[in-house]
Amino acid sequence: MSERINSEKITADLLRPIRLNKGFMVWMGVLSISLLVCLFAYFLQLRDGMIVTGLGDYVSWGMYISNFVFFVASSLIGMLISGVLSLLKQKWAAPLARIAEIIALAFAAVAGLVIVMDMGRPDRLLNVFIHGRIQSPILWDVTVITSYMIVSALFLYIPLIPDLKICAQKLTNIPPFARKIYEFLSLNWSDTPVQRELIRKSTRTIAILIIPIALAIHTVTSWLFANTSRAGWDSTIFGPYFVAGAFVAGTAAVIIAMFIFRKVYHLEEYITEFHFDKIGQLLVLVSLLYLYFNVNEYMVPAYKMKRADAFHIHELFVGSHALLFWITQLGGLIIPIILLILKPFRKPIPMLVISTMVLIGSWLKRYIIVIPTMEHPYLPVQNVPLKFSVYTPTLIEILVTIAPMIMVLLIITVLAKVIPIIPIHETIEHQQEIASKKK
Amino acid sequence: MIENNQKSNKNTRREFLQNLGIVGVGSLLAGSAFFAARKYDSKKTAADRVKVLTAENKLVEIEKSAITEVEKTPATQLTYLQKQGRDGIAGSRFVMVIDLSKCQNARKCMSACQNAHHLRPEQHHINVLKMQETETTQPYYMPKPCQHCDNPPCVAVCPVDATFKRQDGIVLIDNERCIGCRFCIAACPYSARVFNWQEPLNAQADEGLVYNVELNVPQKKGTISKCLFSADRVREGKLPYCVSACPNGVYYFGDENEDVVTNGTTKESFRFKKLIADNAGYTLMPELGTKPRVYYLPPKGKSYPFQEKDREEAAEHLPI
Repeated sequence: MSERINSEKITADLLRPIRLNKGFMVWMGVLSISLLVCLFAYFLQLRDGMIVTGLGDYVSWGMYISNFVFFVASSLIGMLISGVLSLLKQKWAAPLARIAEIIALAFAAVAGLVIVMDMGRPDRLLNVFIHGRIQSPILWDVTVITSYMIVSALFLYIPLIPDLKICAQKLTNIPPFARKIYEFLSLNWSDTPVQRELIRKSTRTIAILIIPIALAIHTVTSWLFANTSRAGWDSTIFGPYFVAGAFVAGTAAVIIAMFIFRKVYHLEEYITEFHFDKIGQLLVLVSLLYLYFNVNEYMVPAYKMKRADAFHIHELFVGSHALLFWITQLGGLIIPIILLILKPFRKPIPMLVISTMVLIGSWLKRYIIVIPTMEHPYLPVQNVPLKFSVYTPTLIEILVTIAPMIMVLLIITVLAKVIPIIPIHETIEHQQEIASKKK
Repeated sequence: MIENNQKSNKNTRREFLQNLGIVGVGSLLAGSAFFAARKYDSKKTAADRVKVLTAENKLVEIEKSAITEVEKTPATQLTYLQKQGRDGIAGSRFVMVIDLSKCQNARKCMSACQNAHHLRPEQHHINVLKMQETETTQPYYMPKPCQHCDNPPCVAVCPVDATFKRQDGIVLIDNERCIGCRFCIAACPYSARVFNWQEPLNAQADEGLVYNVELNVPQKKGTISKCLFSADRVREGKLPYCVSACPNGVYYFGDENEDVVTNGTTKESFRFKKLIADNAGYTLMPELGTKPRVYYLPPKGKSYPFQEKDREEAAEHLPI
């Protein structure tokens, strides 16, 4: 009897956020208006050419590309939490799986658009399919990101099927067409043992499948740089270096999302301090891994000081990018590691602050990877305007960079509004397991 | 009535014979005419017929008299120029030799190039750099065009085959296809490529001009441009724009297969391999494995001073 009440309470609690309220409307309104402003900036870029950005013939990849890398990086978290942790039977991560998948899907879906915004001729996008050359890493990137997006969508959808049925049955205050959509998407789920087994098996298959695909998207993205012979990019560890960095960015993003959903949706009973403690430990783990790759990436060329590498290292350590470099490395990586090792900091509010630092650091880190290298090619930069040798992003460029971020927030907001952010069916099952063990 | 009938019978017979004669002679004439015509026709085959390649790339034979000239539409002309531009010149392997001991930074090569390709002042297909290797070595001027690498990193990374390597060694860029991703700029270790960040210089004047991939004119907003070894001039058997414009005898251009290069200023020709061997010729950054087709002769025994005002800029590139 108590168990039944319990499951009803769980269902009621987790379905409660699925309704249109004032806060949601205001938030969506703010996002939409900001997006329109940013899209106007993109329109100006289309009309006048990329001269409206701070890019030039030397720094020809700037904020857009670092933004792209950041997006691909953040999308990797779906694979880490829903894939790796579930295969390792880390039960504590189960309530966070859907948040991670939503973040992954949103970032992966928008990553492609970020690249289009960087193109000089977006009207010729189809040339990539008509004249595509398989030798180019861009083709590999297009292939794996599309695959990752599809697999991530499935990874979100399949475990969601039982919950969709619950939505169709229990959400009484929604319009009939919405219930029909839930009903349709739930694919006649009736909670039979056969169906349960089917979901379990397919979720597991995808959990395994998503690991190589996720590794591929960020490895290939790192190869956009590592496959050139420029100082600062010409590195054999770029693949794992980027993947480790991606885990850091994604984990920070999930912690921020956890905090916000917990507060706004009143999920304190479901996302507890225990979860924050655990994911705090995870963030320390992946940050230490990333720190290790950072030491490799900078120490080895700095020891040898080959001519071109020396320019690069000098610029980062003591030159014109030093301030940004040290802010990123200390504020976005080293200080967060030290703080999160201490248990008192693995509480919701300190972790929100630390994760925000880490996430901003993650974005700046991509900037640090992309721009300084382009400012120092092998041959001297001469006979060109100053704009070409020193990169300064313009306002239009910054707005165009923000546009995809708003899109990600929009996608996350909408998805978190129409589906239960914490798996209902799984949570009930889990509770029942605990109850039966007690007996 | 009967009489009439008899008469008409008689007439009929006579007429029949008459007609028979006419038909006989007629068919004889016709037959011989036909025979003659056939004979004439077969004789014509060799001289008066012509082989024609259709737009569908089919080889057909037609009479010369049947040819009517059709005015080329911009579309057909573009197809023709694109095909010719991508094929390149069979049997040749073009090379350039740049004698650094001669370059005085006159920059005539830069302006000739920018004029030919309708470039803005900051867009350089060829750029004369002020170089200095170490603090103790002398600074020198180094013209730097695209190196037309035999293992071109830009061609490898291009996602749409917009930049390509031709059989004659020239690397071109097709701005009808370029998507403006700028991966080639990132990949090129020689910083040889430029981008049209805005509406090109002569955008209005060049409107309606059929795009020639060997000249990369008209330039297009949002696409790449680069040194083309003046493929349009080379097709006509002329020297590249920069080579002919140089007043100081810096440039040699020619065909590696013929082992001949010609100096653009003096118009003297030399054995390419001997010129390189005798003067310790080298390529830029050979350690990258790009195999450039541009060779440099070292700045040995310069006959001119390096300008004082350029020293500082040259020194910026010294190793840290």
